[in-house]
Amino acid sequence: MSSTNRTVVVTGIGATTPLGGDSASTWEGLIAGRSGVKPLEGERFADLPVQIAAPAAVDPGEVLPRPLARKLDRSAQFALIAAREAWADAGYEAPAGEDAKIAPERLGAVIASGIGGVTTLLDQYDVLKEKGVRRVSPHTVPMLMPNGPSANVGLEVNAQAGVHTPVSACASGAEAIGYAVEMIRTGRADVVVAGGTEAAIHPLPIAAFANMMAMSKNNDEPTKASRPYDTARDGFVLGEGAGVVILESEEHAKARGARVYCEVLGQGLSADSHHIAQPEPTGRGIATALQNLLDSTDLKPSEVVHLNAHATSTPQGDVAEIKALRKVLGDDLDHVAVSATKSMTGHLLGGAGGIETVATVLALHHRLAPPTINVDDLDPEVDANIVRDEPRELPQGTIAAINNSFGFGGHNVVLAFRTI
Amino acid sequence: MAFTQEEIVEGLAEIVNEIAGIPAEDVQLDKSFTDDLDVDSLSMVEVVVAAEERFDVKIPDEDVKNLKTVGDATDYILKHQD
Repeated sequence: MSSTNRTVVVTGIGATTPLGGDSASTWEGLIAGRSGVKPLEGERFADLPVQIAAPAAVDPGEVLPRPLARKLDRSAQFALIAAREAWADAGYEAPAGEDAKIAPERLGAVIASGIGGVTTLLDQYDVLKEKGVRRVSPHTVPMLMPNGPSANVGLEVNAQAGVHTPVSACASGAEAIGYAVEMIRTGRADVVVAGGTEAAIHPLPIAAFANMMAMSKNNDEPTKASRPYDTARDGFVLGEGAGVVILESEEHAKARGARVYCEVLGQGLSADSHHIAQPEPTGRGIATALQNLLDSTDLKPSEVVHLNAHATSTPQGDVAEIKALRKVLGDDLDHVAVSATKSMTGHLLGGAGGIETVATVLALHHRLAPPTINVDDLDPEVDANIVRDEPRELPQGTIAAINNSFGFGGHNVVLAFRTI
Repeated sequence: MAFTQEEIVEGLAEIVNEIAGIPAEDVQLDKSFTDDLDVDSLSMVEVVVAAEERFDVKIPDEDVKNLKTVGDATDYILKHQD
């Protein structure tokens, strides 16, 4: 197969999120400005300083048959549900090979999560302590391994070109999509199922994030707790779910007459090398990633009309990102409709890059930027054109959008998409 | 308390239904766990552990490989129960 710089397009999308059990209901929730944040219920959360989260709107146990669900970590359940939707949305009717439109050796899967099967690990440790060795599930290892979601999605669609799991905390989902783009560009695959998933709503991760002072403690007003860019923001709200896209070489999509949402122009990557968890306050690393994106693609800043920001609702991170955008895009940032969809979905960690890519693709497709909710008092340091309260129409003609994802460890991933 | 063959098959059918989703009425003596009942090697460990609890028997790992069919498991449990 050719290993030239092939054009990569998005032909399918799927999601299961705090706003809905599929991409259509998620999009509807985003456009309506609906918050998915709720009080945490159950005794085991009672002692936590954080009493809120954004659980999946549809429990995966309602969607997947029980014998399958019990062998999958919750993160893999989300990934499988989103991948099935995306696969069907792209027009594939069966696993590769069985569906003659794609050969197994030309199909890849790259699904990432930030933390892996953490609830499986912790629940099985409880089983070990309370019920003994013999009762530890034989499915524990395949369930807790971080590549589990990717491997299970790969099995589902019969992906034999390669199944991968890049891990970079909250940038993992975006990094997975970037990796998938490269698989197609370099000729390793014609089609890749790519995205991010996370399922970490459990007392231990919440206690740990809360002790880092990273989470909102606005327990009294759950739907107001995730408020990127607002002066009263006090940390992120943990969400769960998955977002998956089907990426395809343009020639392959054309040959089978597939519906194309948009082109994926490429990615810009960088590392802060500043602190293990703190964002670099000037946005230096983020600016480098953006510049790398512009240098490695034919994206023109004047084409960029929408940006799905990383903006998790932390005091430092939200501002550092805006500073980086201003530094690289200059006055062109004024015509970019900036949306922080985490204000509604919460922060899905490794799933964020997946669902926000789905949101970005749909924003271009519908030419509509989702709102950022809860910006009651815009932080004066946020020198950008934030879409507040109501969705905003995007211009006609060829338009482009950027999706930002950054992770603990200083990982920066910037993805760009453009209408065809 | 000893279980009858009928009670053991019925119990195994419930366990296999819970783990593999196979209808209980399809779980019969001549059925192979792997070939007929969609119980892979990992799920077989779950079946064995659940059967140990339910029928109060010990089924050592080295004996599990000999339990190919529902009949094999039923005979084993009949023979080893108190």
